[in-house]
Amino acid sequence: MPLDENEIRRVAVLARLHLGEDEVARLTGDLGRILGFVGKLAELDTSDIEPTSHVVAMSTPYREDEVTTGGDPDSAITNAPRRDGHYFVVPRIIE
Amino acid sequence: MSAARSYYQEGGFETVIGLEVHCQLATASKLFCGCSAAFGAGANEHTCPVCLAMPGVLPVLNRCAVDYAIRAALATDSTINTNSRWARKNYFYPDLPKAYQITQYEQPYCEHGRVTFDLDGTEHTVRLTRIHMEEDAGKSVHDAHASWSLVDLNRAGVPLLEIVSEPELRSGAEASAYMRKMRSLVRYLGISDGNMNEGSMRCDANVSLRKRGATTLGTRAEIKNLNSFRSIERAIAYEIERQAEILLGGGAIVQETRLWDADRGVTRSMRSKEEAHDYRYFPEPDLLPLVIDDAWIERARSELPELPDARRGRFVTSYGLSGYDSGVLTASKELADWFEAAVAAHDNPKALANWITSEVLRIANESGAEGETDFSQLPFAPEHLAALVRLIDDGTISGKIAKTVFSKMVESGDDPAAIVAREGLVQVTDEGAITAIVDSVVAANTAKVAEYKSGKDKLFGFFVGQVMKESQGKANPASVNRLLKERLDG
Repeated sequence: MPLDENEIRRVAVLARLHLGEDEVARLTGDLGRILGFVGKLAELDTSDIEPTSHVVAMSTPYREDEVTTGGDPDSAITNAPRRDGHYFVVPRIIE
Repeated sequence: MSAARSYYQEGGFETVIGLEVHCQLATASKLFCGCSAAFGAGANEHTCPVCLAMPGVLPVLNRCAVDYAIRAALATDSTINTNSRWARKNYFYPDLPKAYQITQYEQPYCEHGRVTFDLDGTEHTVRLTRIHMEEDAGKSVHDAHASWSLVDLNRAGVPLLEIVSEPELRSGAEASAYMRKMRSLVRYLGISDGNMNEGSMRCDANVSLRKRGATTLGTRAEIKNLNSFRSIERAIAYEIERQAEILLGGGAIVQETRLWDADRGVTRSMRSKEEAHDYRYFPEPDLLPLVIDDAWIERARSELPELPDARRGRFVTSYGLSGYDSGVLTASKELADWFEAAVAAHDNPKALANWITSEVLRIANESGAEGETDFSQLPFAPEHLAALVRLIDDGTISGKIAKTVFSKMVESGDDPAAIVAREGLVQVTDEGAITAIVDSVVAANTAKVAEYKSGKDKLFGFFVGQVMKESQGKANPASVNRLLKERLDG
């Protein structure tokens, strides 16, 4: 399934990837071939089959509504590159 | 903007509004992990590897959140889908640690509902497109540093319902009344505290205009950040004028997200987010389909409390109240409970309803925040109001004295009987005592008596006033009238 380079650039922006021009060219070919491979599935007639979102034949398990975790903000921010008290600090979000 | 306003007011345009209401569910824990869902803890106090999106963790669904969601579906006459599924909505934002929100997209658990609400005595019905469950994002604080924002993930993963209406609302007032009804419903159901100033309930409004009579929809703007009834009305009013101005000037509306700025009273464009509006939804692989079977629905239905519309109807039939008063009393569950507690203590629903809709509500509104009626702050209990009305009904005090007793109840919170005894406010029904006052008033105003007798009937009121004044308001008004008549006309 052929893709054009603009589609690759758009997907890269959405995924926050910074691609060089050579990468754009290479990924356009690679991703197109991957989609083509997966696209083989479309050759099957699935008109009588219900759409599947999961392959496990069971429904979701539940937990009861009880507070069992939390209360450890020190651990929560252990890996934060920057912090202020127990807050994560990130570059200012401009709106 | 006056040209646009007058064109609008003359009915040239029709406003089309759809609301997306977000409502936090009042569960103890979050939607997919065991962290507390409570508001107001220290930063990141309510977090764990799941809601912090550490690698390798898996979400496990909170059964109670689904129970609450089912109640909302039943109360809005919706269709519940037996099978629904979870989806990932992908976007990057610092308050969203997974870089996706778990929500429902293609197969929500609930569709095709409706909500009726009352505005200025007219009943409106709005259809609901869908209700779905999703998780809330964290919170960011921007004012602490010039170049940094602070992120607190306590709210990340708190369960939300998103309630999407059809674009059937026609004004800011309708939108606000719809929102009030929605808040009343979730509070009756006990599934959310509906607290708008803490963000438990908030909404986005899709607003567009079209020429009256047109059948297609105009281009819409989505207004975010509406977290009070006043904001809803003001933001929509502003947006209507802004769009009317553009359309009348021959321009076109840009489909965009706008932010309501309450301080400046304007909506402004959030262009920075425009490009990100490709969420690439796909089925959440970490969660299996949600199955809500009939047994679960029936169990939830059997546990539903009496809802506002039914309670309003019952107030009309069992208490003989007007539809209007019943509507006011049942708008909040708290108020309706307060009224019924008072009626249980003294069986005079009409008098109690009058006192509550006038005096008690005034006091409760003064102590509550905007749009909130705060009954927890009332200095007296429903039984006290019942006791006050009983004192009137058995002739101990007059209606006029009752107002004095009421204001002392507000000040002190004391039992009305105690106030009456302490202040000596018991009504004088002893006709001998009243006759004595009548005699002294007549004797002291001989000139007025002569005028009255020569035909100046209006002076009767003057005599009544003098007698009441002399008795410090305590004389039984009916006795005063009769005894005065006998004395002056006899």
